[in-house]
This record gives sequence, C-alpha cells and structure tokens, in this order.
Amino acid sequence: MPFALLRYGLGRSREPQRELPATPELKSSYEVVIIGAGGHGLAAAYYLARDHGITDIAVLDKGYLGGGNTARNTAIIRANYLTPEGVKFYAESAELFRGLSSELGFNIMYSERGHLTLAHTDAALRTARWRAEVNKHLGVNSDVVGPDDLRRLCPQLNLSGEVRFPVLGALYHPPGAIARHDAVAWGYAIGAARRGVEIHQQTTVTGLKQKGGKITAVQTDRGEIACGSVLQAVAGSSTLIADMAGFRLPIRTVPLQACVSQPLKPFLNPIIVSGSLHVYISQSGRGELVMGGAADPYALYSTRSTLDFSEALTGDLLELFPCLSTVKVMRQWAGMTDMTPDFSPVMGKTPVENFYIDAGWGTWGFKATPVCGKRMAETVATGAAPEILAPFRLSRFHEMAQVGERGAASVGH
Amino acid sequence: MKIMDCPLNGPRNISEFACRGEVKAMPDPDTASDRDWADYLFMQSNPAGVVHEWWIHLPSSYWFIAERDTVTGEIIKTYPPDELFKRPNRQLGAS
Repeated sequence: MPFALLRYGLGRSREPQRELPATPELKSSYEVVIIGAGGHGLAAAYYLARDHGITDIAVLDKGYLGGGNTARNTAIIRANYLTPEGVKFYAESAELFRGLSSELGFNIMYSERGHLTLAHTDAALRTARWRAEVNKHLGVNSDVVGPDDLRRLCPQLNLSGEVRFPVLGALYHPPGAIARHDAVAWGYAIGAARRGVEIHQQTTVTGLKQKGGKITAVQTDRGEIACGSVLQAVAGSSTLIADMAGFRLPIRTVPLQACVSQPLKPFLNPIIVSGSLHVYISQSGRGELVMGGAADPYALYSTRSTLDFSEALTGDLLELFPCLSTVKVMRQWAGMTDMTPDFSPVMGKTPVENFYIDAGWGTWGFKATPVCGKRMAETVATGAAPEILAPFRLSRFHEMAQVGERGAASVGH
Repeated sequence: MKIMDCPLNGPRNISEFACRGEVKAMPDPDTASDRDWADYLFMQSNPAGVVHEWWIHLPSSYWFIAERDTVTGEIIKTYPPDELFKRPNRQLGAS
C-alpha cells in the first residue's frame, strides 16, 4: 500500500503504540509475587495468567526488564543432554520455543541451525555416543557423525590433523536453534501484562516477612506487599534471596563471559561447540558471531569482563576457524550464573511453605525459559511440583539424588 | 593480569592458581547425620562480600587460604593454612 504509507509518512498522527503499560503504583497485596523480571520470571507470570487464571501478580525487578542474564546468554536452544531427566525437560522447552513466536504474537527470531558438539578425544566421543543413545531413546534427534559429515555440515571448520586437538567426530543435534533472547523476555512481558500482570521494574526486594513457616509479606524499597505465595527467579543472585527466606543453596555465583564479533555476511549455519577447546560459536540473525567459553575460575558477584577470557577464547577459536583471524571482537560482557555441583537447575518447593524457587541456572538457563516458566507456574498454582520438575528439587542434595549433567554442559568448566 | 600474593611463592598471575572452594568446618564424621554431611559437601554460603576460600598454587601444589571480596574482586589477604588450625576451636572461616 504505497499511498497509505505515503499518507502515513506525511501525516502528523503517529501515536506511538505502547506495548507494555507504565509501571503502576505498588498495591498492598498480591496473590503471587515473582522476584525477578527476566525471561524465567516473566514466563512464569505469563503461564500463571494463561493456564491457571491467576492474574493478581506482581513481577519485581531491582533493575530493568530482561536486563540480567536473559540479555547476557548466548541464546542457544538444544535438548541433547545426558540424563533422561534433563533430556525430557529440555526437549519440552525446545518444543515450546518452536511455537513461541506465534504463541506470543511476537517474533523471537527462532532459527533452527543444527548443533554440533565436537569431540577431540576418544572419551569425548564416548560421551557423544552415550548422549546420542539417551536422546534417541527419548525421541530427541541426535547422532554421532564423523569428519566426512562434518565437512559437509560445516565446511569452514578446520579438520586438519595439524592442530593441538584434532576433531575426531561430533554429536549432531539437528533441532539445535538460536533465538533473540531479549525478545523472549519482551514477548512474555507483553503477554503477561495484557492479561493483567503488573511488572514493577526498579523495585528492589529488601526482606521477606515470615510467620509460621510461611512468607506473609515481601519488603521492597517501594513498600511492603502482602502475598499469597512467592517465586524467586533471580539466577546469579539466588543465594541473596534464599538467605532472606532462611534456607541454604548448593550454589556458587560465578561470572560467565561472552562476546560478539563485527557483523559478517551469513556464512556459519550450525552452532559449533567444543568442550575440549572451551568454545561455542554461532552466527546471529544480524551476522555477528556470538561466542562464549568456560565460566570464570572463581566466584564473583560482578559482570566485569577480563582480557584472560577474550585471549583464551580467541586463541582456541582460531584453531577451529583460522578464517576468522582478521575478524574484530565488537563487544564483550558477562552474566552472573548460579553454578550447582551437578550442573542441573534447582526448581520447585523450598523449606518455606509458600515460597518457590527457580534457580541453579549455571550455563543452561536461557534454553529452559519456556518450560521452566510453564512448569513453575503449575507448581505455584497447585502447590506441588509436576513430575517433570521433581528430579530438580532442592532436597535432592540431601537425598544424594543429583542429576549429573556435567558431561552435557556446553564446555568443560 | 590479576595478581595473587601466594604465601609461599609471592605475587603471581592469578592464572597460576585455582580456587578450591569455601573454607568450611567439617562435621565430625563419627557423629554427623547424613543431612549434616550433605550440607557440608554441597551447600555454599556464597556471600556477596568477604569469603574465605582454599586456593592452590598449581605449579607448586601449595595450598593456602585467601580472603576475597566477591563484589569488588579484591583479594584482601592470603595466609598459610596452619594459621587456621592454631585457632581455638578451629573456628574455620572466622577471621
């Protein structure tokens, strides 16, 4: 419609369309208070409103919407985990991601690329076979491929034997995908706000009031809120909120850094991961190479960047992709992650009756956003964790029933 | 480059060291319940502030204690572990 467009362009009535309502006044009480307005907290709010008819919800965040780890991850979606519990959980998430743009009416730029976990040693190849068999058994598409397939799937990859760690094969996971991480948070926020959920940015939780083993009120720097139940979804700062609620967590806060290159023409289709070289790389929709590596070597509540990281990452990366030697790094940043001893999340009930936890997101949180939101909503609404979340309960550490996913973490940590 | 002051080897690049976790008081293995033991193994104080940790200088395999601020990243002090065991009641982690 060129004429309509011209008229619109010359016209003066261009009302901006506000997709998110302005932050309202804080009420004195809510049925559910969600701490943390990242992808996870907003998804939980969205599914509480959509599936359980609970709309009297306040989502609180000390910063801004999706400004924490939601905007700092490398946006990879995959389900090729090692344990049956993990595979089932992440497979449901991958399935939800596939339909999320149309579900939310908001383009999350979901793009299926295929995901290759390179094996440089016999041990890594064995783990790849193990993961492939567990995946196939549970209906997740994964297979072990050799150098010939790799040459076809990713011609840019250096498959020469003249390197420190020659590539022997890979775990190939065709449904591996990337998406725009901010859009996931925005889409859920808009969907939740449309259903009546209130999002309170720049609202810091300062304390939790308890009576008889239950949280009665959430104290914030904007006033006190009485609440029916509370969900914490603040990975990176989980311990600080759990301390307020009065229980301990098996979590260390560790920075995870990432960087992007200058934009390039599309040339790299699959997502490439190397555990031995501590590298993962994919090309985003706008052409930047999104690169990450190992988590930082010690605990820190900080999002500072280090030269050690970019130096180590680029050194290893150039072994896989010598063609990138003249490409510039444009931005580098860090997120604060919740590292757990078994590399699995902590979700479900806590020792405090009406207080629920969504934590333990080390390097695997973004890909779990939809499933975690949906299933945590179910947990908060019914007061009981569904079967799919049960293996990830906080009490597993006292029952010696960990869910060991270290072998499927994207890089060795 | 971040420098850590090793009590044995002096100031060295932090890449020569590895953090081996918070200093915790080990419960008595003979009397501890399974719950106490799991707490000891898995639970972390993870403070946003001063933390006492075991560190090792990898090339010399020398273990020591470091006090760090986990918000600013500052290494406050480092000292040999025997100082811990000289304390009355082995108040591990308390300075």
